[in-house]
Amino acid sequence: MTLTKAPPARGGRRDDADDPRARRFNSSLVLTLLLVLVVALQGPVRGALSAPVMQSWMTVFVAVVVQALPFLVLGVLLSAVIAVFVPPSFFARALPGRPALAVPVAGMAGAVLPGCECASVPVAGALVRRGVTPAAALAFLLSAPAINPIVLTATAVAFPGEPRMVLARFAASLLVACVMGWLWQRLGRTDWMRPPAHPSLEGLGKGAAFWGSIRHDVMHAGGFLVVGAMTAATLKAVVPASWLHTAAGNPVVAILALGLLAVVLSICSEADAFVAASLSQFSLTARLAFLVVGPMIDLKLFAMQAGTFGRGFALRFAPATFAMAVLASALVGAVLL
Amino acid sequence: MLFLLGVAVLHAGFTDLYLRYVKAGLRPLLLAAGVVLIGTAVATVWYELRQQRDGHGHEHGHGHREPRVSWLLVLPLFALILVAPPALGSYSAMHAGTALQRPPWGFPTLPARDPISLNVADYAGRAVYDHGRSLRDRHVKITGFVALDRRGAPYLVRMALNCCAADALPVKVGLSGRTPPVLRPDTWLEVTGTYTGKRTKDPVGGGVIPYIDVSRAAPVPTPRDPYDESWNG
Repeated sequence: MTLTKAPPARGGRRDDADDPRARRFNSSLVLTLLLVLVVALQGPVRGALSAPVMQSWMTVFVAVVVQALPFLVLGVLLSAVIAVFVPPSFFARALPGRPALAVPVAGMAGAVLPGCECASVPVAGALVRRGVTPAAALAFLLSAPAINPIVLTATAVAFPGEPRMVLARFAASLLVACVMGWLWQRLGRTDWMRPPAHPSLEGLGKGAAFWGSIRHDVMHAGGFLVVGAMTAATLKAVVPASWLHTAAGNPVVAILALGLLAVVLSICSEADAFVAASLSQFSLTARLAFLVVGPMIDLKLFAMQAGTFGRGFALRFAPATFAMAVLASALVGAVLL
Repeated sequence: MLFLLGVAVLHAGFTDLYLRYVKAGLRPLLLAAGVVLIGTAVATVWYELRQQRDGHGHEHGHGHREPRVSWLLVLPLFALILVAPPALGSYSAMHAGTALQRPPWGFPTLPARDPISLNVADYAGRAVYDHGRSLRDRHVKITGFVALDRRGAPYLVRMALNCCAADALPVKVGLSGRTPPVLRPDTWLEVTGTYTGKRTKDPVGGGVIPYIDVSRAAPVPTPRDPYDESWNG
Protein backbone atom coordinates (compact mmCIF):
# COMPACT_ATOMS: atom_id res chain seq x y z
CA MET A 1 0.00 0.00 0.00
CA THR A 2 1.79 3.05 -1.14
CA LEU A 3 -0.73 5.54 0.15
CA THR A 4 0.21 4.83 3.72
CA LYS A 5 3.26 6.99 3.27
CA ALA A 6 1.21 10.11 3.01
CA PRO A 7 2.22 12.73 5.53
CA PRO A 8 -0.21 13.17 8.36
CA ALA A 9 -1.81 16.56 8.71
CA ARG A 10 -0.34 17.49 12.02
CA GLY A 11 -1.77 20.31 14.03
CA GLY A 12 1.50 20.98 15.76
CA ARG A 13 3.73 19.16 18.17
CA ARG A 14 1.05 19.04 20.79
CA ASP A 15 -0.55 15.94 19.37
CA ASP A 16 2.64 13.93 19.65
CA ALA A 17 0.92 11.92 22.31
CA ASP A 18 -1.59 10.59 19.80
CA ASP A 19 -1.13 7.14 18.53
CA PRO A 20 0.97 7.71 15.41
CA ARG A 21 -0.59 4.78 13.64
CA ALA A 22 -4.08 6.21 13.96
CA ARG A 23 -2.94 9.54 12.57
CA ARG A 24 -1.18 7.87 9.71
CA PHE A 25 -4.30 5.97 8.82
CA ASN A 26 -6.29 9.19 8.84
CA SER A 27 -3.87 10.99 6.59
CA SER A 28 -3.87 8.28 3.97
CA LEU A 29 -7.63 8.21 4.14
CA VAL A 30 -7.73 11.95 3.57
CA LEU A 31 -5.41 11.69 0.58
CA THR A 32 -7.51 8.92 -0.96
CA LEU A 33 -10.70 10.88 -0.43
CA LEU A 34 -9.11 13.96 -1.93
CA LEU A 35 -8.03 12.01 -5.01
CA VAL A 36 -11.50 10.56 -5.49
CA LEU A 37 -13.07 13.97 -5.01
CA VAL A 38 -10.84 15.67 -7.56
CA VAL A 39 -11.39 12.92 -10.11
CA ALA A 40 -15.13 13.20 -9.59
CA LEU A 41 -15.09 16.96 -9.96
CA GLN A 42 -12.74 16.90 -12.93
CA GLY A 43 -15.22 18.58 -15.29
CA PRO A 44 -15.98 21.72 -13.24
CA VAL A 45 -12.35 22.04 -12.22
CA ARG A 46 -11.23 21.97 -15.83
CA GLY A 47 -13.89 24.53 -16.71
CA ALA A 48 -12.70 26.89 -14.01
CA LEU A 49 -9.12 26.52 -15.19
CA SER A 50 -9.76 27.14 -18.86
CA ALA A 51 -9.50 30.94 -18.66
CA PRO A 52 -6.28 32.06 -20.34
CA VAL A 53 -4.92 33.69 -17.18
CA MET A 54 -5.47 30.53 -15.18
CA GLN A 55 -3.97 28.41 -17.90
CA SER A 56 -0.77 30.35 -18.13
CA TRP A 57 -0.67 30.45 -14.33
CA MET A 58 -0.95 26.67 -14.18
CA THR A 59 1.66 26.19 -16.88
CA VAL A 60 4.21 28.43 -15.19
CA PHE A 61 3.46 26.88 -11.83
CA VAL A 62 3.89 23.31 -13.07
CA ALA A 63 6.95 24.35 -15.07
CA VAL A 64 8.71 25.85 -12.04
CA VAL A 65 7.97 22.76 -9.97
CA VAL A 66 8.90 20.26 -12.68
CA GLN A 67 12.09 22.13 -13.46
CA ALA A 68 13.18 22.49 -9.85
CA LEU A 69 12.26 19.01 -8.70
CA PRO A 70 15.22 17.15 -10.23
CA PHE A 71 17.66 19.63 -8.73
CA LEU A 72 15.87 19.48 -5.41
CA VAL A 73 16.15 15.69 -5.44
CA LEU A 74 19.83 15.98 -6.32
CA GLY A 75 20.44 18.38 -3.46
CA VAL A 76 18.47 16.22 -1.08
CA LEU A 77 20.47 13.15 -2.08
CA LEU A 78 23.70 15.03 -1.47
CA SER A 79 22.48 16.38 1.86
CA ALA A 80 21.41 12.89 2.90
CA VAL A 81 24.89 11.64 2.06
CA ILE A 82 26.38 14.44 4.17
CA ALA A 83 23.97 13.81 7.01
CA VAL A 84 24.50 10.07 7.16
CA PHE A 85 27.82 9.03 5.71
CA VAL A 86 30.16 11.98 6.32
CA PRO A 87 31.24 12.18 9.96
CA PRO A 88 31.12 15.64 11.60
CA SER A 89 34.84 15.47 12.25
CA PHE A 90 35.46 15.68 8.50
CA PHE A 91 34.19 19.24 8.34
CA ALA A 92 36.12 20.19 11.44
CA ARG A 93 39.28 19.14 9.64
CA ALA A 94 38.37 20.42 6.17
CA LEU A 95 37.43 23.94 7.20
CA PRO A 96 39.78 26.36 8.90
CA GLY A 97 39.09 26.63 12.59
CA ARG A 98 38.57 30.37 12.60
CA PRO A 99 35.12 31.21 11.23
CA ALA A 100 36.47 34.34 9.55
CA LEU A 101 38.65 32.11 7.37
CA ALA A 102 36.09 29.35 7.00
CA VAL A 103 33.67 31.71 5.26
CA PRO A 104 35.71 32.37 2.09
CA VAL A 105 36.81 28.73 1.95
CA ALA A 106 33.19 27.57 2.07
CA GLY A 107 32.28 30.21 -0.49
CA MET A 108 34.90 28.89 -2.88
CA ALA A 109 33.76 25.34 -2.15
CA GLY A 110 30.41 26.36 -3.60
CA ALA A 111 32.08 26.33 -6.99
CA VAL A 112 32.20 22.55 -7.05
CA LEU A 113 28.51 21.84 -6.53
CA PRO A 114 27.17 21.69 -10.05
CA GLY A 115 23.55 22.49 -9.50
CA CYS A 116 21.14 25.32 -9.17
CA GLU A 117 19.82 27.05 -6.12
CA CYS A 118 17.19 24.46 -5.26
CA ALA A 119 19.96 21.95 -4.57
CA SER A 120 21.99 24.21 -2.34
CA VAL A 121 19.32 24.90 0.29
CA PRO A 122 19.00 21.32 1.60
CA VAL A 123 22.78 20.86 1.39
CA ALA A 124 23.41 23.99 3.46
CA GLY A 125 20.79 22.80 5.94
CA ALA A 126 22.58 19.48 6.29
CA LEU A 127 25.90 21.28 6.76
CA VAL A 128 24.51 23.31 9.64
CA ARG A 129 23.08 20.21 11.28
CA ARG A 130 26.45 18.56 10.87
CA GLY A 131 28.10 21.22 12.97
CA VAL A 132 29.56 23.49 10.31
CA THR A 133 29.69 27.13 11.40
CA PRO A 134 26.42 28.71 10.18
CA ALA A 135 28.36 31.61 8.67
CA ALA A 136 30.35 29.23 6.46
CA ALA A 137 27.27 27.22 5.51
CA LEU A 138 25.50 30.42 4.50
CA ALA A 139 28.42 31.52 2.35
CA PHE A 140 28.20 28.14 0.67
CA LEU A 141 24.42 28.48 0.28
CA LEU A 142 24.82 31.80 -1.51
CA SER A 143 27.82 31.07 -3.67
CA ALA A 144 27.10 27.50 -4.79
CA PRO A 145 24.31 28.25 -7.27
CA ALA A 146 26.06 31.26 -8.78
CA ILE A 147 29.68 30.38 -9.35
CA ASN A 148 29.69 26.71 -10.32
CA PRO A 149 31.16 25.81 -13.73
CA ILE A 150 27.82 25.01 -15.38
CA VAL A 151 26.31 28.37 -14.53
CA LEU A 152 29.44 30.28 -15.52
CA THR A 153 29.56 28.44 -18.85
CA ALA A 154 25.92 29.29 -19.48
CA THR A 155 26.73 32.92 -18.74
CA ALA A 156 29.60 32.90 -21.20
CA VAL A 157 27.34 31.40 -23.88
CA ALA A 158 24.57 33.90 -23.24
CA PHE A 159 26.91 36.91 -23.39
CA PRO A 160 29.14 35.97 -26.30
CA GLY A 161 30.75 39.37 -26.76
CA GLU A 162 31.20 40.10 -23.08
CA PRO A 163 33.67 37.76 -21.35
CA ARG A 164 33.93 40.26 -18.52
CA MET A 165 30.33 39.45 -17.62
CA VAL A 166 31.42 36.00 -16.47
CA LEU A 167 34.21 37.44 -14.37
CA ALA A 168 31.92 40.10 -12.94
CA ARG A 169 29.29 37.53 -12.03
CA PHE A 170 31.85 35.33 -10.33
CA ALA A 171 33.42 38.22 -8.42
CA ALA A 172 30.17 39.86 -7.33
CA SER A 173 28.57 36.57 -6.26
CA LEU A 174 31.58 35.46 -4.25
CA LEU A 175 31.83 38.90 -2.69
CA VAL A 176 28.20 38.85 -1.57
CA ALA A 177 28.53 35.30 -0.24
CA CYS A 178 31.58 36.17 1.86
CA VAL A 179 30.19 39.46 3.13
CA MET A 180 26.94 37.80 4.14
CA GLY A 181 28.87 35.05 5.89
CA TRP A 182 30.95 37.57 7.84
CA LEU A 183 27.87 39.64 8.60
CA TRP A 184 26.15 36.59 10.03
CA GLN A 185 29.20 35.80 12.11
CA ARG A 186 29.23 39.36 13.47
CA LEU A 187 25.56 40.09 13.92
CA GLY A 188 23.76 36.80 13.57
CA ARG A 189 22.17 35.30 16.62
CA THR A 190 21.65 31.60 16.87
CA ASP A 191 18.09 31.98 18.08
CA TRP A 192 17.13 33.53 14.74
CA MET A 193 18.03 30.33 13.04
CA ARG A 194 15.44 27.89 14.26
CA PRO A 195 15.39 24.88 12.02
CA PRO A 196 12.12 23.00 12.31
CA ALA A 197 12.41 19.75 14.18
CA HIS A 198 14.29 17.31 12.04
CA PRO A 199 13.52 13.68 12.65
CA SER A 200 16.14 12.24 14.89
CA LEU A 201 18.30 9.85 12.97
CA GLU A 202 19.92 8.40 16.06
CA GLY A 203 19.48 4.75 16.70
CA LEU A 204 18.65 3.87 13.13
CA GLY A 205 20.59 1.84 10.64
CA LYS A 206 22.48 3.83 8.02
CA GLY A 207 20.11 2.78 5.26
CA ALA A 208 17.01 3.72 7.20
CA ALA A 209 18.55 7.03 8.22
CA PHE A 210 19.55 7.78 4.62
CA TRP A 211 16.12 7.15 3.15
CA GLY A 212 14.38 8.78 6.08
CA SER A 213 16.44 11.92 5.53
CA ILE A 214 15.61 11.95 1.83
CA ARG A 215 11.92 11.48 2.46
CA HIS A 216 11.76 14.20 5.05
CA ASP A 217 13.71 16.71 2.98
CA VAL A 218 11.79 16.10 -0.23
CA MET A 219 8.44 16.43 1.50
CA HIS A 220 9.53 19.48 3.43
CA ALA A 221 11.49 21.48 0.89
CA GLY A 222 9.08 20.32 -1.82
CA GLY A 223 6.15 21.84 0.03
CA PHE A 224 7.93 25.16 0.29
CA LEU A 225 8.97 24.92 -3.32
CA VAL A 226 5.27 24.70 -4.19
CA VAL A 227 4.56 27.87 -2.18
CA GLY A 228 7.31 29.73 -4.00
CA ALA A 229 6.25 28.43 -7.39
CA MET A 230 2.68 29.58 -6.80
CA THR A 231 3.80 33.08 -5.86
CA ALA A 232 6.13 33.35 -8.81
CA ALA A 233 3.48 32.11 -11.22
CA THR A 234 0.94 34.59 -9.85
CA LEU A 235 3.26 37.54 -10.26
CA LYS A 236 4.38 36.41 -13.69
CA ALA A 237 0.81 36.03 -14.91
CA VAL A 238 -0.55 39.21 -13.35
CA VAL A 239 2.17 41.87 -13.46
CA PRO A 240 2.50 43.33 -16.95
CA ALA A 241 5.97 43.33 -18.40
CA SER A 242 5.55 46.91 -19.59
CA TRP A 243 6.22 48.18 -16.06
CA LEU A 244 9.78 47.05 -16.48
CA HIS A 245 10.48 48.93 -19.60
CA THR A 246 9.69 52.27 -18.05
CA ALA A 247 12.37 51.50 -15.48
CA ALA A 248 15.13 50.91 -18.02
CA GLY A 249 15.75 54.63 -18.52
CA ASN A 250 17.14 55.55 -15.12
CA PRO A 251 20.40 53.68 -14.34
CA VAL A 252 19.80 53.45 -10.59
CA VAL A 253 16.16 52.44 -10.91
CA ALA A 254 17.17 49.93 -13.59
CA ILE A 255 19.51 48.08 -11.22
CA LEU A 256 16.83 47.92 -8.54
CA ALA A 257 14.16 46.91 -11.03
CA LEU A 258 16.16 44.01 -12.43
CA GLY A 259 17.09 42.93 -8.91
CA LEU A 260 13.40 42.82 -8.03
CA LEU A 261 12.61 41.07 -11.29
CA ALA A 262 15.11 38.36 -10.43
CA VAL A 263 13.38 37.87 -7.09
CA VAL A 264 9.96 37.68 -8.69
CA LEU A 265 10.74 35.46 -11.65
CA SER A 266 12.49 32.76 -9.59
CA ILE A 267 14.38 31.45 -12.59
CA CYS A 268 16.80 28.58 -12.23
CA SER A 269 20.36 29.91 -12.03
CA GLU A 270 21.37 27.76 -14.97
CA ALA A 271 18.94 29.60 -17.22
CA ASP A 272 18.92 33.15 -15.93
CA ALA A 273 21.86 34.30 -18.03
CA PHE A 274 19.82 33.80 -21.20
CA VAL A 275 16.93 35.80 -19.81
CA ALA A 276 19.32 38.53 -18.71
CA ALA A 277 20.83 38.62 -22.19
CA SER A 278 17.38 39.16 -23.67
CA LEU A 279 16.75 42.21 -21.46
CA SER A 280 18.89 44.16 -23.85
CA GLN A 281 17.41 47.58 -23.12
CA PHE A 282 19.05 47.50 -19.69
CA SER A 283 22.66 48.36 -18.90
CA LEU A 284 25.17 45.58 -18.33
CA THR A 285 25.43 46.52 -14.65
CA ALA A 286 21.67 46.20 -14.20
CA ARG A 287 21.77 42.81 -15.86
CA LEU A 288 24.65 41.83 -13.59
CA ALA A 289 22.38 42.67 -10.64
CA PHE A 290 19.80 40.31 -12.14
CA LEU A 291 22.38 37.53 -12.33
CA VAL A 292 23.74 38.08 -8.83
CA VAL A 293 20.42 38.48 -7.03
CA GLY A 294 18.56 35.66 -8.79
CA PRO A 295 20.52 32.65 -7.51
CA MET A 296 20.81 34.08 -4.00
CA ILE A 297 17.32 35.16 -3.21
CA ASP A 298 14.05 34.71 -5.03
CA LEU A 299 10.52 33.81 -4.06
CA LYS A 300 10.90 30.06 -4.18
CA LEU A 301 14.27 30.24 -2.41
CA PHE A 302 12.77 32.44 0.29
CA ALA A 303 10.04 29.89 0.89
CA MET A 304 12.55 27.06 0.98
CA GLN A 305 14.90 28.95 3.32
CA ALA A 306 11.99 29.71 5.62
CA GLY A 307 11.27 26.01 5.65
CA THR A 308 14.83 24.88 6.23
CA PHE A 309 16.14 27.49 8.65
CA GLY A 310 12.97 28.96 10.14
CA ARG A 311 10.88 31.98 9.29
CA GLY A 312 12.65 34.43 11.58
CA PHE A 313 15.91 33.66 9.84
CA ALA A 314 14.53 34.04 6.33
CA LEU A 315 12.84 37.35 7.14
CA ARG A 316 16.16 38.86 8.23
CA PHE A 317 18.47 37.06 5.86
CA ALA A 318 16.59 37.63 2.60
CA PRO A 319 16.37 41.46 2.64
CA ALA A 320 19.98 41.73 3.77
CA THR A 321 21.07 39.43 0.97
CA PHE A 322 19.07 41.42 -1.54
CA ALA A 323 20.60 44.71 -0.43
CA MET A 324 24.12 43.27 -0.42
CA ALA A 325 23.68 41.67 -3.82
CA VAL A 326 22.43 44.89 -5.39
CA LEU A 327 25.26 46.90 -3.81
CA ALA A 328 27.93 44.40 -4.81
CA SER A 329 26.75 44.21 -8.40
CA ALA A 330 26.65 48.00 -8.66
CA LEU A 331 30.20 48.10 -7.27
CA VAL A 332 31.61 45.31 -9.41
CA GLY A 333 29.72 46.63 -12.42
CA ALA A 334 31.28 50.04 -11.96
CA VAL A 335 34.77 48.55 -11.76
CA LEU A 336 34.61 45.81 -14.35
CA LEU A 337 31.92 46.56 -16.91
CA MET B 1 2.55 10.33 -1.85
CA LEU B 2 6.20 10.28 -2.83
CA PHE B 3 5.42 7.28 -4.97
CA LEU B 4 2.64 9.14 -6.77
CA LEU B 5 4.89 12.13 -7.31
CA GLY B 6 7.61 9.88 -8.70
CA VAL B 7 5.15 8.15 -11.00
CA ALA B 8 3.82 11.50 -12.20
CA VAL B 9 7.32 12.74 -12.95
CA LEU B 10 8.22 9.53 -14.76
CA HIS B 11 4.99 9.69 -16.71
CA ALA B 12 5.74 13.23 -17.81
CA GLY B 13 9.28 12.23 -18.66
CA PHE B 14 8.43 9.17 -20.72
CA THR B 15 5.67 10.89 -22.69
CA ASP B 16 6.28 14.20 -24.39
CA LEU B 17 4.27 15.94 -21.74
CA TYR B 18 7.41 17.31 -20.10
CA LEU B 19 8.22 19.30 -23.23
CA ARG B 20 5.33 21.62 -22.39
CA TYR B 21 7.12 22.79 -19.28
CA VAL B 22 10.86 22.31 -19.50
CA LYS B 23 13.59 22.03 -22.09
CA ALA B 24 14.35 18.68 -23.65
CA GLY B 25 17.77 18.50 -22.00
CA LEU B 26 16.24 18.09 -18.56
CA ARG B 27 14.70 14.73 -19.44
CA PRO B 28 17.40 12.46 -17.95
CA LEU B 29 17.38 14.49 -14.74
CA LEU B 30 13.61 14.24 -14.54
CA LEU B 31 13.68 10.50 -15.03
CA ALA B 32 16.42 10.14 -12.41
CA ALA B 33 14.41 12.23 -9.96
CA GLY B 34 11.35 10.06 -10.56
CA VAL B 35 13.36 6.92 -9.90
CA VAL B 36 14.81 8.35 -6.68
CA LEU B 37 11.35 9.37 -5.46
CA ILE B 38 9.93 5.93 -6.11
CA GLY B 39 13.01 4.36 -4.53
CA THR B 40 12.49 6.47 -1.43
CA ALA B 41 8.87 5.38 -1.25
CA VAL B 42 9.80 1.73 -1.58
CA ALA B 43 12.61 2.04 0.97
CA THR B 44 10.26 3.70 3.45
CA VAL B 45 7.78 0.87 3.18
CA TRP B 46 10.54 -1.73 3.45
CA TYR B 47 12.10 -0.28 6.59
CA GLU B 48 8.66 0.23 8.04
CA LEU B 49 7.78 -3.42 7.53
CA ARG B 50 11.10 -4.62 8.85
CA GLN B 51 10.77 -2.48 11.91
CA GLN B 52 7.35 -3.81 12.65
CA ARG B 53 8.55 -7.38 12.15
CA ASP B 54 11.40 -6.77 14.56
CA GLY B 55 8.82 -5.76 17.10
CA HIS B 56 10.04 -2.19 17.45
CA GLY B 57 6.77 -0.79 16.30
CA HIS B 58 6.75 2.95 16.33
CA GLU B 59 8.42 3.44 19.64
CA HIS B 60 11.15 5.56 18.08
CA GLY B 61 8.47 7.96 17.06
CA HIS B 62 10.57 8.96 14.08
CA GLY B 63 8.14 7.87 11.43
CA HIS B 64 5.90 10.09 9.36
CA ARG B 65 6.46 13.35 11.15
CA GLU B 66 6.07 15.27 7.96
CA PRO B 67 5.23 18.95 8.23
CA ARG B 68 1.85 20.19 7.10
CA VAL B 69 3.43 22.18 4.31
CA SER B 70 4.20 18.98 2.42
CA TRP B 71 0.49 18.61 1.75
CA LEU B 72 0.97 21.33 -0.84
CA LEU B 73 2.81 18.80 -2.97
CA VAL B 74 -0.57 17.39 -3.97
CA LEU B 75 -1.23 20.56 -5.98
CA PRO B 76 1.38 20.04 -8.71
CA LEU B 77 0.50 16.36 -8.58
CA PHE B 78 -3.13 17.05 -9.45
CA ALA B 79 -2.08 19.63 -11.98
CA LEU B 80 0.20 17.15 -13.74
CA ILE B 81 -2.02 14.08 -13.62
CA LEU B 82 -5.47 15.52 -14.10
CA VAL B 83 -5.26 18.89 -15.77
CA ALA B 84 -1.89 18.75 -17.58
CA PRO B 85 -1.94 22.45 -18.44
CA PRO B 86 -1.11 23.28 -22.05
CA ALA B 87 2.07 24.95 -23.19
CA LEU B 88 2.12 28.72 -22.99
CA GLY B 89 0.01 30.30 -25.69
CA SER B 90 -1.15 33.59 -27.08
CA TYR B 91 -2.13 35.07 -23.72
CA SER B 92 1.42 34.95 -22.40
CA ALA B 93 2.79 35.88 -25.81
CA MET B 94 0.86 39.13 -25.96
CA HIS B 95 1.77 40.03 -22.38
CA ALA B 96 5.50 39.94 -22.99
CA GLY B 97 7.67 41.87 -25.39
CA THR B 98 9.24 40.12 -28.35
CA ALA B 99 12.61 38.73 -27.33
CA LEU B 100 14.48 38.90 -30.58
CA GLN B 101 18.24 38.80 -30.20
CA ARG B 102 21.01 39.23 -32.71
CA PRO B 103 22.49 35.77 -33.09
CA PRO B 104 26.15 35.92 -32.12
CA TRP B 105 27.31 33.66 -34.92
CA GLY B 106 25.94 35.72 -37.77
CA PHE B 107 23.71 34.37 -40.50
CA PRO B 108 24.90 31.27 -42.34
CA THR B 109 23.87 31.05 -45.98
CA LEU B 110 20.58 29.30 -46.43
CA PRO B 111 20.42 26.03 -48.35
CA ALA B 112 19.03 26.29 -51.85
CA ARG B 113 15.75 24.45 -51.20
CA ASP B 114 12.54 26.27 -52.03
CA PRO B 115 10.41 26.86 -50.03
CA ILE B 116 12.81 26.75 -47.14
CA SER B 117 11.76 25.95 -43.58
CA LEU B 118 12.99 28.36 -40.95
CA ASN B 119 12.00 28.71 -37.34
CA VAL B 120 10.30 31.90 -36.26
CA ALA B 121 13.32 33.29 -34.43
CA ASP B 122 15.63 32.59 -37.38
CA TYR B 123 13.31 34.34 -39.81
CA ALA B 124 12.80 37.29 -37.50
CA GLY B 125 16.53 37.58 -36.83
CA ARG B 126 17.39 37.56 -40.52
CA ALA B 127 14.61 40.01 -41.31
CA VAL B 128 15.56 42.51 -38.62
CA TYR B 129 19.33 42.30 -38.21
CA ASP B 130 20.25 41.22 -41.72
CA HIS B 131 17.61 43.45 -43.35
CA GLY B 132 16.30 40.41 -45.13
CA ARG B 133 19.38 40.17 -47.35
CA SER B 134 19.51 36.37 -47.15
CA LEU B 135 15.73 36.13 -47.56
CA ARG B 136 15.14 38.04 -50.78
CA ASP B 137 13.29 36.16 -53.51
CA ARG B 138 12.95 33.13 -51.29
CA HIS B 139 9.80 31.35 -50.25
CA VAL B 140 9.98 30.80 -46.52
CA LYS B 141 7.98 28.38 -44.42
CA ILE B 142 7.61 29.12 -40.69
CA THR B 143 5.53 27.41 -38.03
CA GLY B 144 4.08 29.02 -34.93
CA PHE B 145 0.84 29.77 -33.20
CA VAL B 146 -1.48 32.67 -33.86
CA ALA B 147 -1.82 35.53 -31.44
CA LEU B 148 -3.91 38.65 -31.93
CA ASP B 149 -3.09 42.02 -30.45
CA ARG B 150 -5.71 44.40 -29.05
CA ARG B 151 -6.64 45.74 -32.47
CA GLY B 152 -6.95 42.23 -33.84
CA ALA B 153 -3.79 42.29 -35.95
CA PRO B 154 -2.42 38.75 -36.31
CA TYR B 155 1.05 37.61 -35.32
CA LEU B 156 2.76 34.28 -35.67
CA VAL B 157 4.52 33.50 -32.41
CA ARG B 158 6.87 30.88 -31.09
CA MET B 159 7.89 30.92 -27.45
CA ALA B 160 11.65 30.61 -27.00
CA LEU B 161 12.68 28.82 -23.86
CA ASN B 162 15.96 28.38 -22.02
CA CYS B 163 15.13 26.12 -19.15
CA CYS B 164 11.46 25.99 -18.27
CA ALA B 165 8.23 27.71 -19.21
CA ALA B 166 8.78 30.32 -16.51
CA ASP B 167 11.54 31.89 -18.59
CA ALA B 168 9.88 31.43 -21.98
CA LEU B 169 9.81 34.59 -24.08
CA PRO B 170 7.90 35.10 -27.31
CA VAL B 171 9.38 35.85 -30.70
CA LYS B 172 6.76 37.46 -32.91
CA VAL B 173 6.41 37.85 -36.64
CA GLY B 174 3.59 39.95 -38.05
CA LEU B 175 1.38 38.49 -40.77
CA SER B 176 0.51 40.58 -43.80
CA GLY B 177 -0.67 39.80 -47.31
CA ARG B 178 -3.07 36.92 -47.85
CA THR B 179 -3.80 36.01 -44.25
CA PRO B 180 -6.71 33.64 -43.67
CA PRO B 181 -9.97 35.54 -43.03
CA VAL B 182 -10.66 33.91 -39.68
CA LEU B 183 -7.80 33.43 -37.28
CA ARG B 184 -8.34 31.95 -33.86
CA PRO B 185 -5.65 32.58 -31.24
CA ASP B 186 -3.54 29.57 -30.31
CA THR B 187 -4.11 27.66 -33.54
CA TRP B 188 -0.87 26.42 -35.02
CA LEU B 189 -0.17 27.55 -38.56
CA GLU B 190 2.42 26.72 -41.16
CA VAL B 191 2.85 29.92 -43.08
CA THR B 192 4.51 30.14 -46.47
CA GLY B 193 5.47 33.58 -47.64
CA THR B 194 8.17 36.00 -48.65
CA TYR B 195 10.20 38.65 -46.88
CA THR B 196 8.74 42.11 -46.69
CA GLY B 197 10.44 45.26 -45.44
CA LYS B 198 7.47 46.17 -43.29
CA ARG B 199 8.11 46.18 -39.55
CA THR B 200 6.44 47.46 -36.46
CA LYS B 201 7.26 48.22 -32.87
CA ASP B 202 6.01 45.80 -30.26
CA PRO B 203 3.50 47.68 -28.08
CA VAL B 204 4.88 45.70 -25.14
CA GLY B 205 8.57 46.32 -24.65
CA GLY B 206 9.23 48.22 -27.83
CA GLY B 207 11.09 45.45 -29.66
CA VAL B 208 11.09 45.23 -33.45
CA ILE B 209 8.57 42.90 -35.08
CA PRO B 210 9.25 42.03 -38.71
CA TYR B 211 6.49 40.99 -41.08
CA ILE B 212 6.09 38.17 -43.54
CA ASP B 213 4.07 38.50 -46.72
CA VAL B 214 1.82 35.46 -46.52
CA SER B 215 0.97 33.53 -49.66
CA ARG B 216 -0.35 30.38 -48.03
CA ALA B 217 -1.29 29.47 -44.48
CA ALA B 218 -2.24 25.96 -43.45
CA PRO B 219 -3.27 24.78 -39.98
CA VAL B 220 -0.93 22.16 -38.54
CA PRO B 221 -1.07 20.07 -35.37
CA THR B 222 0.86 21.32 -32.35
CA PRO B 223 4.49 20.28 -32.75
CA ARG B 224 6.02 17.73 -30.42
CA ASP B 225 8.07 20.39 -28.71
CA PRO B 226 5.97 23.55 -28.68
CA TYR B 227 8.91 25.75 -27.74
CA ASP B 228 11.82 27.03 -29.72
CA GLU B 229 14.95 25.76 -28.03
CA SER B 230 17.48 27.05 -30.52
CA TRP B 231 19.06 29.26 -27.86
CA ASN B 232 20.10 26.19 -25.96
CA GLY B 233 22.53 25.38 -28.69
